[in-house]
Amino acid sequence: MRQRSTLVRCTEINSFIEVRNLIIDYTRIDEEGHSVLVKRAVNDVSFTIEKGSFVSVVGMNGSGKSTMAKALNGLLLPSEGEVLVDGMSTRNEDDLWNIRSRVGMVFQNPDNQIVSSIVEDDVAFGPENIGVPPEEIRRRVDDALRRVDMYDCKDKGAHMLSGGQKQRIAIAGTVAMRPECIVFDEPTAMLDPSGRRQVMDIIRELNNDGITCILITHFMEEAAQADRVIVMKDGKIYSDSTPDELFADRALIEGAGLEMPPIIDLREKVAALGVDIPESIVTTEQLEAFLRG
Amino acid sequence: MIRDITLGQYYPGKSAIHRLDARTKIIGTLAFIIELFVVNNFWGFLVAVVALFTVIGISKVPVKFIFRGLTAVFLIIAFTFIINMFLVEGKVLWHWGIFTITYEGLKRASFMAVRLILLIIGSSMLTLCTKPIELTDGLEKLLKPFSKIGVPSHEIALMMTIALRFIPTLMEETDKIIKAQEARGADFDSGNIIQRAKSLIPILIPLFISSFRIAQELALAMEARCYHGGAGRTRMNEIHFGRGDAWAAVCMVLFLGVIIASRFMGAAI
Repeated sequence: MRQRSTLVRCTEINSFIEVRNLIIDYTRIDEEGHSVLVKRAVNDVSFTIEKGSFVSVVGMNGSGKSTMAKALNGLLLPSEGEVLVDGMSTRNEDDLWNIRSRVGMVFQNPDNQIVSSIVEDDVAFGPENIGVPPEEIRRRVDDALRRVDMYDCKDKGAHMLSGGQKQRIAIAGTVAMRPECIVFDEPTAMLDPSGRRQVMDIIRELNNDGITCILITHFMEEAAQADRVIVMKDGKIYSDSTPDELFADRALIEGAGLEMPPIIDLREKVAALGVDIPESIVTTEQLEAFLRG
Repeated sequence: MIRDITLGQYYPGKSAIHRLDARTKIIGTLAFIIELFVVNNFWGFLVAVVALFTVIGISKVPVKFIFRGLTAVFLIIAFTFIINMFLVEGKVLWHWGIFTITYEGLKRASFMAVRLILLIIGSSMLTLCTKPIELTDGLEKLLKPFSKIGVPSHEIALMMTIALRFIPTLMEETDKIIKAQEARGADFDSGNIIQRAKSLIPILIPLFISSFRIAQELALAMEARCYHGGAGRTRMNEIHFGRGDAWAAVCMVLFLGVIIASRFMGAAI
């Protein structure tokens, strides 16, 4: 399914999101009314995200990856530096709603991001907020629900769904706003293995359809499915490479406090047996295809 | 037991009642409740019961489902019945010690109980047959004229939507906390009433904290989906007054007429 044409990649290498020297401080107001620095969560981070790409961001707890993600659509504003979405700064309040309608966000807890009790009403919430006409909302909602394969549940109560289904509804709610980019903030952290697989499949499909995907995760095997992996440590970018480059460097991964995905360990064990196996294999599917072929 | 409360639940369906404008149903329910307190004799109640069951019949909501909601409030009904039965003075039917049952007491107690039952069924029919979002949309539209004098109609409607949405979530949360505290040896089922009330504190405090966390996460998610108040919002399903609503209005006026007439008729009988 990964057949995004090279043509698209070559003509649209223009950056969609540009992060320039981003610093985000968590501060607290003390008794005398001065603001006191509690933690510098993101410390001088710069990178660009290309249109249509699939980038994952990994890092230990407290590495600043979630904080950084919330800065991409202006939920958190930079303490210093700048985040530009298609040239618009998140600091500019007039552009904020435009930015948020173009950069959607899916959060970790599937329960706490669903607003309405009924599935289709919840999916309609986003388009309603940006003032889409009623017939168009109906079309978008149906389309978004089909894309996450939840159309049959559109009249159901949200509380009757499983965690994975709820997360798919949350994705549909974002897709219905027709964003160009979706930031997934650990969308699978609270799901069971089958829910995780479904959500990952949907993310890949959305990316194939041309939506820029940014996946914050702490599952290395999920990060491996992206085109590019950014590793964060202590609020800084520790490495920025393709998954196969990253997983070839065991010292780097361990230095960031992360673990090799089990599939890499397996690949290395197979290689140790004397099988000539390319290092570009970083996902289960790739290994399976290699071993079969 | 909390799960049995059908008040506030929605029963998906496509009946004529489901398709009515939410505003019609809200006004209808309000009218029904007021009428219940106007009624003062058996014939009036009979009319109300027939009307209510006609509505239930048209709505195709299973009667069993509706009555399940009553079990949760059974205690309140029983309490009201007993209080009324013993405390009203009149023609004595039965007497023992300080307990006296009078004819008037019995009559008032039964009326009160029937009134409560009809009240609960009637109002749960509103939520059973109306999608929460339509209900709150209807309320928002009904309150719109008052927004000129500062009633935040959109905010009230949104608060209701979210409250309804989070009832099951908070119930699950409560369940989790109860289990977690029980696993650590908390005892909720023994001791006198004060001890029991005190034993609720380890449930309420974590619940309170987690509802704040949920609220914060929800607020972020709403902002991420461009929520910025009621201005400039559109609706997927615009509610509008149809022919069915006109018929419903005619029925309501008829019902009102009969109920008022029954009050005078009752006096005559």
